[in-house]
Amino acid sequence: MSWRKRASEWAQQWIFVGPGLAAFGLIVLVPFLLGFYYSFTEWNGLDMDKAVWIGFDNVERIMNDEKFWKSFWFTIRFTAVTVAAANALAFGLALLLTRPLKTRNALRTIFFLPNVIGGILLGFIWQFIFTKGFKTIGERTGWPLFELPWLGTPGTGFWGLVIVFVWQTAGYMMIIYIAAMVGVPKDLQEAAKIDGAGYWQTVRRVTLPLVMPAITVCLFLTTSNAFKMFDLNLSLTKGGPGTSTQSLAYNIYAEALVNNRYGLGTAKAMLFFLFVSVIAVTQVWLTKRKEVEA
Amino acid sequence: MSRERAAKLRLLGLESGGIVLALLFLSPFYFVLVNSVKSLGEILVDAASLPKTYLFSNYAKVWDVIRFPKVLLNSFAITAASVACIVIIGSMTAYRLVRRPSLFNKMLFGCFIASMTIPFQSIMLQLVRVTSLLELRGNLPGIVVCYLGFGLALSVVLFHGFIKGVPTEIEEAAVADGCTPYGVFWKIVFPLLLPIAVTVVILNALWIWNDYLLPVLIIGSNKDLTTIPLAVTRFFGQYTKQWDLALAGLAMSVAPIVAMFLLLQKYIVEGITSGSIKG
Repeated sequence: MSWRKRASEWAQQWIFVGPGLAAFGLIVLVPFLLGFYYSFTEWNGLDMDKAVWIGFDNVERIMNDEKFWKSFWFTIRFTAVTVAAANALAFGLALLLTRPLKTRNALRTIFFLPNVIGGILLGFIWQFIFTKGFKTIGERTGWPLFELPWLGTPGTGFWGLVIVFVWQTAGYMMIIYIAAMVGVPKDLQEAAKIDGAGYWQTVRRVTLPLVMPAITVCLFLTTSNAFKMFDLNLSLTKGGPGTSTQSLAYNIYAEALVNNRYGLGTAKAMLFFLFVSVIAVTQVWLTKRKEVEA
Repeated sequence: MSRERAAKLRLLGLESGGIVLALLFLSPFYFVLVNSVKSLGEILVDAASLPKTYLFSNYAKVWDVIRFPKVLLNSFAITAASVACIVIIGSMTAYRLVRRPSLFNKMLFGCFIASMTIPFQSIMLQLVRVTSLLELRGNLPGIVVCYLGFGLALSVVLFHGFIKGVPTEIEEAAVADGCTPYGVFWKIVFPLLLPIAVTVVILNALWIWNDYLLPVLIIGSNKDLTTIPLAVTRFFGQYTKQWDLALAGLAMSVAPIVAMFLLLQKYIVEGITSGSIKG
């Protein structure tokens, strides 16, 4: 290769990749790698340079931090329930809206709508509904379900978050399921019908195995979003009453930015990263095995 | 005949079921709109029925308190600038990674993919440190660089998948005609990327428009750059239990993105579908 050509290759490499690499390196890679260092320090965030190396003290503190493990279990429970509920609802809606209904397109739009609004705004909207809207409905109808103090107790607070999260997420997953169901070859469904399979049998034996890739995607997306839930938590319950509905992400946020323990917060955050990766890897591995070809 | 009729009836039943469910899905918006024009007293007595008198003064008051035009413009400027950077730099990076799969470039692509599992919380505290040092906090270019950094991985992966399917023959012909490598990219390859660029724009725009935590950390100290989610959160902190104003503020803040969605829903739905299948 001539000198000129080599110089031109070199220039191209840095002009095309340089800006992206710089932004990605500075904003994602460097802070992430710094996290491994700060996890082993005592650092209050205010005096940024005064992080003091304390070895494994933060790990020990986390092990004995009851609230952290409580929010860990809260997050696990929340994830399990919302993943199941959101995907079941989304799958059902997709089945419904791939049938020849007259209002099909309008309905798709409506079910998707909550998704374009951010968790912060949705949380505030539902705060009103749970505290004032439900109260009025309860007074009118006398149904005890609406007379519960929805955001006032740990148990109902949990379900409040579940309801809003499912309401927000289901439409998105529905879109993915619809796209997959439309792609299922018609002749396979016809063949099943001719062989005497009923509607639900066709869904179970033909549609379900063929939309498995979409299920993989949706389970992955819902799990990771639910496990990382933060915005909704902040605006709907603020982790309360007390700290009973605090998600892991919220616990980390509070440790660092409310208690000003940045070192401990970073240690928790790196542990959080570990949880997320373990979940992501196992899940992809588990569902990939179930996919079949048409 | 009767079988056909039964099938039609069943479809009608399903349709009504769907409509009822849709109304249930929409009911939160009903509550917000109806109560946003009531007085606080009326809301507390009855939060479900239509207002007796329409108090549009709620909107006028909140409009000034949260400086709505300014906040809306900020949200728009930050989203537009960040998305533009992500599309331009993301496509350039992906193009090079596809066309010159050197060891370094392959490893970089691997880093992009691996980084997508890192939750924001695992980066945010150290990011505050790094951005303070580089004086990227409290200003518009700073937050745009942050969004570029966080948005790049998914966008590069999406562009990468698309560019792999773009034939190299046209590029070779252009080079033979004396086109520079940069000209080849901008004049020939970039226009072909439009379908995937739409997906990248939509996924990133929805995320950035609604994002809360990153702006709090990066521009939270600069009141002149407040975005919609920040303004609403601050407003709720000050006016707790003043639901008349709060709901008017919420309705106002939700309106732009809902209008945008209804206008562009075809592209949004398509963008999300192809984004999640390839991503």
